[in-house]
Amino acid sequence: MSVTDDPVALNQWIACAYVGQVTPGKSYDTAMLGQAIRISCALDGTCTCHEIGDDGGPGRQLPLSQRFEILFTTLGDTPRQLPDIPEFAEADRRVANCASVGLHASPFRIVENFLDMAHFCFVHKDILGSMEKTEVFTYKTEHRKDVDEIWATDCAFFQPAASTSAAEKGGGQVTYYKYRVMSPFSVMLYKTVYGNAERDDAICLFIQPKSETECIAYMPMAILDDQSTMTQIIDFQQTIFLQDRIILENQRPVLLPLTPSAEIPTKADVSSIAFRRWLKGMGMRFGILQEQAA
Amino acid sequence: MALKLYNYTLSGSCYKVRLLLDFLDLDYERIPVDFFPGKEHKTLDFLDINPLGQIPVLEDGPMRLRDAQAILAHLANSYDETGHWLPRAPALFGPVMMWLMFAGNEIMAASAARLHDVLGYELDIEAARANAHAAFRVLDDHLTERALIGKTWIVSDHPTIADIACFPYTALSGDGGIGHEEYPAMRNWMRAFRRLPGFNAVSGIPEFA
Repeated sequence: MSVTDDPVALNQWIACAYVGQVTPGKSYDTAMLGQAIRISCALDGTCTCHEIGDDGGPGRQLPLSQRFEILFTTLGDTPRQLPDIPEFAEADRRVANCASVGLHASPFRIVENFLDMAHFCFVHKDILGSMEKTEVFTYKTEHRKDVDEIWATDCAFFQPAASTSAAEKGGGQVTYYKYRVMSPFSVMLYKTVYGNAERDDAICLFIQPKSETECIAYMPMAILDDQSTMTQIIDFQQTIFLQDRIILENQRPVLLPLTPSAEIPTKADVSSIAFRRWLKGMGMRFGILQEQAA
Repeated sequence: MALKLYNYTLSGSCYKVRLLLDFLDLDYERIPVDFFPGKEHKTLDFLDINPLGQIPVLEDGPMRLRDAQAILAHLANSYDETGHWLPRAPALFGPVMMWLMFAGNEIMAASAARLHDVLGYELDIEAARANAHAAFRVLDDHLTERALIGKTWIVSDHPTIADIACFPYTALSGDGGIGHEEYPAMRNWMRAFRRLPGFNAVSGIPEFA
């Protein structure tokens, strides 16, 4: 596939590798928005990024920015700024680089799945939801115009084992969530820390759309947990994500429709509705289902 | 605890062992291995435990075993009083071993495809998928013949460790872009397997197929 000509998609910082992925002295080939790219890391650890030309040689050099344990690059000249997530700088937090997972799905379906609470009981049964308590309570959604982000607040859900530390202690709890769509290809949530109602864990999802239907998802977290080992934390997050992966890969149509009547939302989907309206408003074409005339 | 399993939750090979441990209702300790992204199974410390750098590894008292198939055979041999999981009758023992080896060899092509698609491993994905389809064709044909004589399981009238060994990477093949559409007998068998008492799913197992 060739690189997209959608300026909205091009002008985003997009995750292209996690810190530690590329061995010093080696390079790694991947793609974003249909453009093949190569990330090369020198022995001293400094990395550079280039487009790969049609002849296989290095093309235009691309900027690299490292945040949240991830390397980002952009194909655009005026990219939307990377988000500010202050939790990653808080001294008592553990930052977990949960690496990445590949999946055949639309980047926007991945964002919507992350926003969705209704699937907890079914897809993440006995972990993030219980078959006895399936109700999604009313929550608020807003477009925060100062930062141009979509937020969903006042979300609450009963969870049998909301996190690694909760799973170990065997206690269910009502978990409070806030969701934050930071860009078309990135979303995060804040959720109640097990046993500490005052502070929230910060869990992110940065999506690298290699093409409209092929993505790599990165899941860095800045969490408060002094009990679990990093291996346990990563294991938990990967287990959850691979439960979602099989659902995401089977969604049809693969591309996201933005016509309001194309898919029937319920009250629990108001965050998705806000997300789709926002994508439509910014004129996103990449990864969007082009409606056929009747 | 006498039994210790060096485990990575998403590994289909570790899942084989966990399935039998659950079916036999055995207590065991899980020692988590950071397989991805940490590649802990390739570290010097882990190579001391298994020089092949692979998981799972089972410790049973002073005995340390590698290879999921070998571990299944050991657990069934030592802890299954019914003898169903590893039948010793000459007409059954050989076929169970044959399908056990098939699970450890031919079906592993589906594992390779999954590592490529999910974790980004660099390998020949087209070859992996083609080899997995070839293996599934063999298993589906066999299960069709079994179904024609009213049998559900790969070898015996009961599920055996051959069924356990073949199940994970067959059921998880969708993760590697290998669908089950062409294998109706395999789908029936997987559905029966999921209904076994003590069955636990792992991420990526289609529960509603």
